[in-house]
Amino acid sequence: MSDVVMVPDISRTVQKWRKKRGSLIMALHEVQNRYGYVPRNVSLQLAQLMDVPLARIYEVVTFYNYFNLEPPGRNNVSVCLGTACYLKGAPDIFDSLKEVLGLEDGGTTGDGEFHLQSVRCVGCCGLAPVVVMNGQTLSKVRPGDAKDITARAKKKE
Amino acid sequence: MTNPNGYTTKSNIVAGGNGRPSVTATINGQQVKVPEGTTILDAARLLHVEIPTLCKHADLDPTAACGLCIVKAKGSSKMLRACCTPVEKGMEITTHDAEIVEVRRTVVELILSKHPNDCLTCGRNQNCELQTIASDFGIRQAVMPSIAKDFELDVSTAALTLDPSKCISCGRCVHVCQDIQNVHALCFLGRGYETQIAPAGVSLGESPCVKCGQCSAHCPTGAIFEFDETWRTWDFLKDPELFTVVQIAPSVRVAIGEAFGLQPGTNLTGQLYAALRRLGFDAIFDTNFGADVTILEEGSEFIQRFMHSRGELPLITSCCPAWVDFMEKFHGDMIGHFSTCKSPHEIVGVLAKTYYAEKTGLDPARIRCVSIMPCTAKKWEIGRHESMYASGYQDVDVSLTTRELARMIKQAGIAFLDLEEEECDPILGDYTGAGTIFGVTGGVMEAALRTAADLITGETLEQLEYTGVRGLEGVKEAEVEIAGRTVRVAVAHGLGHVESVLHRVREAKENGEEPPYHFVEVMACPGGCVGGGGQPYGVTNDVRMARARGLYSDDERRKLRKSHENPHVKRLYDGFLKEPLGRKAHELLHTKYQARLTYAR
Repeated sequence: MSDVVMVPDISRTVQKWRKKRGSLIMALHEVQNRYGYVPRNVSLQLAQLMDVPLARIYEVVTFYNYFNLEPPGRNNVSVCLGTACYLKGAPDIFDSLKEVLGLEDGGTTGDGEFHLQSVRCVGCCGLAPVVVMNGQTLSKVRPGDAKDITARAKKKE
Repeated sequence: MTNPNGYTTKSNIVAGGNGRPSVTATINGQQVKVPEGTTILDAARLLHVEIPTLCKHADLDPTAACGLCIVKAKGSSKMLRACCTPVEKGMEITTHDAEIVEVRRTVVELILSKHPNDCLTCGRNQNCELQTIASDFGIRQAVMPSIAKDFELDVSTAALTLDPSKCISCGRCVHVCQDIQNVHALCFLGRGYETQIAPAGVSLGESPCVKCGQCSAHCPTGAIFEFDETWRTWDFLKDPELFTVVQIAPSVRVAIGEAFGLQPGTNLTGQLYAALRRLGFDAIFDTNFGADVTILEEGSEFIQRFMHSRGELPLITSCCPAWVDFMEKFHGDMIGHFSTCKSPHEIVGVLAKTYYAEKTGLDPARIRCVSIMPCTAKKWEIGRHESMYASGYQDVDVSLTTRELARMIKQAGIAFLDLEEEECDPILGDYTGAGTIFGVTGGVMEAALRTAADLITGETLEQLEYTGVRGLEGVKEAEVEIAGRTVRVAVAHGLGHVESVLHRVREAKENGEEPPYHFVEVMACPGGCVGGGGQPYGVTNDVRMARARGLYSDDERRKLRKSHENPHVKRLYDGFLKEPLGRKAHELLHTKYQARLTYAR
């Protein structure tokens, strides 16, 4: 388990939602955005700060695709499997990325370099099929692009 | 009169509604008048129509998870779920026709496609709700391709077995754990097909789980059941070197009959003694005796605190291990209020390996003690603290649930219902009426009051029954006059009801006020041990009440109904322990508590 400690500014922001019904998800957004995932001991602190059972936090975190329990890779590859992308061949792109990276959905390479996940509609169906690489949207991707995409990401470092 | 569906209409059915306005509708052509808000499922039951369901349980709010209870309502294009749809004025409902049966069959087939075909080796074989429904619908082959997954068993509590592969995601266990018990050990992880019911990122043993087993009592399938230790018990029984003693908890005697087709509440004490003797146990004891001893210790503790201001008030009972675990994890600040007295079966255990061993000349190293309990948490309790080894050995070696004992009796080929009643063995078996009501919520309080009142006044009081602490109300409060002083008591059962009681105690403490109560009893399971997590399946409030009545009538039939009048208890103190709360009593009969983390990691 990681030893991430909740940084004071997050703990302050989280405080403001304390005991406000339905605000857990807002606090979790803050945590996810800050760390790139929801570290377990931050969840434990959040449970105490907000007086919410850890079980509830895990229910929310595992329900929504947006949250991760594991640290992300240095490069995050999200493949859109929303309706438009799906029809435009996204499953094939996803499969070839899986093969190139040797990962399953939600997996991270052993060296922590790449994290691969499927997501539902990222809101730019006109560009389908879409892959989001480290926050940058790549449009009209073809299955053959998988190698190229990952190689470019490595080069950038 | 016959309606188009072929149902014969009898008289109109009207249900009482506590002043709520009522609505009239028809179900299968038969008119029914029910209080507003009554679900179609409940209204149908009034007409003796059973709509199948796998997720709805009488203890729980409906969740509409399983989809089996669908019915038709005239004018509605879609089928409605009977468990969560209230009857509306003028509704014309059909609960069963060829199409509905077909849809339900498909629902069952879908559930089965995600369920392993392990019935013969499953912990719920022959008493599984899914198996029964599959049988009713005559499912003879898998129509859908199987998407069942293999999961590892979680036996980390050594009290419960979690087998996620059998889970049908009905959610009963989660709702019991979260809403009724306020423990929040189990939760829904993931969603859709991937949904798994598990603790948050750890094993059950590392979670806040208090082992109450209410999840196992409410699970419709074999996804959660007791950690089986019958084989360990058989091992003791087959070893000629060992002297194996056994004891039965109060509530086991009024529930085990259900596993043999009898009505809840049937008292089978004598038959149980006989069956245990036939199983090969060398001495048959009764936990009720231990309960009488508990009352002498705990009652004396109460008198110390109440009359002589030695120790914090309220005194809080500690005989329920799931409650002890809950308190240690969630309410560590209450440790000073807890009775240090051990639970009745631990008392019988330690006395078997000390007092009984001494009297009979047996080497305690050869003695094995088995407890038959309504409870899964007792399996955890027997090793929870070093004081559970006060005899120099583990005081109770194995704790079996009522369900496990029922299986052993069947394995041994004992015609249980034909047995003549027998007596238990001296000297740890004879009990008073006060001991037997330990098995029902309010019972420990009532037993303690009977003894405390006599000891405080120094008289033999006529009053025996304290009805204010009886019944299934979640929190019961009562005031009792003893020697011109008012004793304020509270009784809570179902861990979800504890919070409000403790809150009042804390508030008074913080404000420097008189404590709101002097004595508090808590039982983790709704109804107390009669509704324990290790009892026969199918518990509802009616069943809990029937079992409770069984214990109260056992109490009424006893010549002696106050613990301190038990001659065997008197002899135990005269010849061995000397006095309640004395040095020896403390060594053997008392324990310690420590605040624990809710999550081990």
